Amino acid sequence: MILIINICKEKLHELEFVKPIEDILTNNQIKLFTKKYSQITPNDLEKASKIIICGTSLKDNEFLNNLAKFQWIKNFNKPILGICGGMHILHAIYNGKKEKNKEIGLIRINFKKNFLSLIGNKEVYNLHQYYYDSKEFETFENQQISKHKTKPFYGTIFHPEVRNKEIILNFTKN
Amino acid sequence: MKLGILFSGGKDSTYATYLAKEQGYTISCLISIESKNQDSYMFHTPKIELTKEQAKLMNVPIIYQKTKGEKEIELKDLKKAIKKAIKEYKIEGVITGAVESIYQASRIQKICDKLNIECFNPLWQKDQVELLNELIENKFEVIITKIATEGLNNSYVGKKLDKNLIKELITLKEKYQINPAGEGGEFETLVINCPLFKSSLKEESYKEKQRLSLK
Repeated sequence: MILIINICKEKLHELEFVKPIEDILTNNQIKLFTKKYSQITPNDLEKASKIIICGTSLKDNEFLNNLAKFQWIKNFNKPILGICGGMHILHAIYNGKKEKNKEIGLIRINFKKNFLSLIGNKEVYNLHQYYYDSKEFETFENQQISKHKTKPFYGTIFHPEVRNKEIILNFTKN
Repeated sequence: MKLGILFSGGKDSTYATYLAKEQGYTISCLISIESKNQDSYMFHTPKIELTKEQAKLMNVPIIYQKTKGEKEIELKDLKKAIKKAIKEYKIEGVITGAVESIYQASRIQKICDKLNIECFNPLWQKDQVELLNELIENKFEVIITKIATEGLNNSYVGKKLDKNLIKELITLKEKYQINPAGEGGEFETLVINCPLFKSSLKEESYKEKQRLSLK
């Protein structure tokens, strides 16, 4: 069972940043349940086999003021995929330093190393204004993707629910 | 939160408006752009002037901006219209009907970012057939106003979206690889009635323009 974590402040943004990910899983018969980040319980973490932390809008930074709600990540050992804001959270929890890094729209990336089965020249969709630099993570391809040095935690600064949906499926299946 | 709608009068921007209103957001104004350029990737809506009629039916003010539709200049005109909406109606964000077009969505995101307002795309990445079915379930009356693809001919212009038409569009998708919701510009639509309108759009207002477009 995949736990999808919603970090959107505005309800209307859930249709844009959470529902597309739910749809990808549902269309592939993958079981899921979705919770708002402020309502995660120990039972949810126990029930989840893997976790996807979704992104949110450019202007929405409420979750960054509530990082205490994500401290459970440090004691969690099952796989997590952090998308955009979700990647910020993973890095910030591991003492990531906030840097300004705005990218909006499509950019082309050459994935030299296999990342959740994605490799080669791909277009990715970006919508972010920060990057969190954490020494606990290895980052690749101009900070577009990351992997925790010891735990199964993955980050994409881009939105794979828009382009490269296979990343989400490969994360859930592997 | 007070929002402005980037409104073309077609099914997507109207349904996006409906979803926002259903969730309790305040629709403070509509923003419509009339482009002189038929080939504009940003604004290429036929019958755009009917948005003024639709705004009256929704009892919402409208900012109507004309543009030559030249690349980048049309974005300046859009920015100008949004700035006007911020000043006059104190909007804190805009809603778009973007579903798949990264070209349109990313340009609007950049404008909103510069103006420091929110950008909402409630139909983003939505399944096209699911979208068509929801329109019918929510009592949207939608007609096709323009055809621009192989597999659809002018006999479709004026057709109302219903379960049978959705089936036809799915068949055409399989045969000609068209997007069944017209997201690739295969066809354009007009909402003639929906729960946001106090009454239906007057038939003569769109029928006359439809007749002219077929000439």
